[in-house]
Amino acid sequence: MKPAPFAYEAPTTVSEAVDCLASHGEEAKVLAGGQSLVPVLALRLARYEALVDLNRVGELDYVRREGSTMVIGAMTRQATIERDPTLRAAIPVLREATRLIGHPQIRNRGTLGGSVAHGDPAAEYPAVALATDATITVIGPAGPRIIEAADLYDGPMSTTLAEDEILTAVAFPVWCPGSGFAVREMARREGDFATVGVIAGVTLADDRISRAALALFGVGATPMRFRQLEGELLGADFLAVDPTDFGETLAQRLDPPNDVHASTAYRTRVAARLVAEALDAALDTARQETTS
Amino acid sequence: MNEHRIEIVVNGRKRTASVEPRKVLADVLREDCELTGTHLGCEHGVCGACTVLVDGDAVRSCLMFGVQADGAEVTTIEGVAPGGGELSDVQAAFRDCHGLQCGFCTPGFVITVRAFLAENPRPTDAEIRSALSGNLCRCTGYQGIIAAVRQVVRQRTGLPPGAEPPASDIRPPSVPVAP
Ligand SMILES: Cc1cc2nc3c(=O)[nH]c(=O)nc-3n(C[C@H](O)[C@H](O)[C@H](O)COP(=O)(O)OP(=O)(O)OC[C@H]3O[C@@H](n4cnc5c(N)ncnc54)[C@H](O)[C@@H]3O)c2cc1C
Ligand code: FES
Ligand code: FES
Repeated sequence: MKPAPFAYEAPTTVSEAVDCLASHGEEAKVLAGGQSLVPVLALRLARYEALVDLNRVGELDYVRREGSTMVIGAMTRQATIERDPTLRAAIPVLREATRLIGHPQIRNRGTLGGSVAHGDPAAEYPAVALATDATITVIGPAGPRIIEAADLYDGPMSTTLAEDEILTAVAFPVWCPGSGFAVREMARREGDFATVGVIAGVTLADDRISRAALALFGVGATPMRFRQLEGELLGADFLAVDPTDFGETLAQRLDPPNDVHASTAYRTRVAARLVAEALDAALDTARQETTS
Repeated sequence: MNEHRIEIVVNGRKRTASVEPRKVLADVLREDCELTGTHLGCEHGVCGACTVLVDGDAVRSCLMFGVQADGAEVTTIEGVAPGGGELSDVQAAFRDCHGLQCGFCTPGFVITVRAFLAENPRPTDAEIRSALSGNLCRCTGYQGIIAAVRQVVRQRTGLPPGAEPPASDIRPPSVPVAP
């Protein structure tokens, strides 16, 4: 099907884009890579009076280091993130997760900001942001503000951004040396959204776990962190951790959706296994980082 | 009318058109440029039949509006053959290896393979399958398509696919980071 008519605005700066969005009110929508929005328009699941296209806003396309974070502009393409050598070294989990997003043709257009703002509960980037304790910068008519990844999602494909706000950047903290991350997901076909996905991160100091993060996606209305269980890992000798046990324990706290893709019981089983694998791999990587 | 004047270089030739913003690039190519080699299967990003190169990158032309391509360089299936009735090596390999039957998906596959091999000239079989994952074919069962890609790799490099570890498989170096 074809999208319904809309007015097209192509601002070239962030401030123009904010003005454009404000002048159209609730009837306007931001267009980034279009890899989620255009299908929605084509299937006529939604229609807007105007689209504000950010593709000509050059100042939103960058990757740079700021202190102990890597800051990535909202319009940076997924394919750029996949290839960027600085990012690959500083936040390896981002590249690992990027390769699981759709297909090359999708990643050539799809953007970081679009994926984070869209907030599909089965998407990779929102979970990476949550697992790494990223912060999200947004700007609206009242100026910029910063949102913690943990406060960004309030439901499936629903964020705490106001309708007149634009997501401008995501800052990913670079975890200290001795850290390891791993991504594991199960999808029905390569490139599909995850049926269940897991991101695990740990930091080792003197062979003991000094920081831990576990984020799951595809198991609820939003990506989920498990802070209490993470806390139980802290201080543990890395050899004393049994990832399989840990996966079983975590899975008991889940109540994943029952839908055409997978039953609740199946998702729970898969989650237990993937948590075990991701934690194991993250511990291995962290261990290699501390000994290398 | 809510129309925008756009200028696109398609297969090396400058084209201008006046388009409604909601018209996707695939329809601009098919209707305004009269280049019907780009096919629309699903029109919502799933099948890959509409794949074209925009400024060198393979993208789905059903998920991009024509107005967004203003000023861009586009390559469609009509632009890949060297001319004079000859086929490109990728096209010839599809013919040789039974990489097509009805041919509906083929323009999308050929463009995808062209972009993929430009970036990764010595792919492994796993990488070939991954690169093709975004294109659907309802006829061939894919084996002939994979064989075609392998043939192009052999012809271009003189080596079987995956003969050398591709750079993308090498583990990234660990670097010291700030505390
Ligand atoms: C076949 C296919 C497979 C896919 N597989 C996956 C997958 O496995 N994993 C995955 O994560 N994604 C997948 N995707 C979706 C893809 O990653 C999208 O690119 C992404 O979800 C949205 O990013 P975009 O830049 O394309 O945004 P758009 O589609 O342009 O926008 C998406 C939404 O976010 C809003 N938005 C965009 N940018 C901003 C901004 N800067 N500020 C405020 N709001 C904004 C838009 O208004 C819109 O509501 C797939 C898509 C397709 C077509
Ligand atoms: S027509 Fe574009 S992906 Fe199917
Ligand atoms: S050859 Fe018929 S769909 Fe691929």
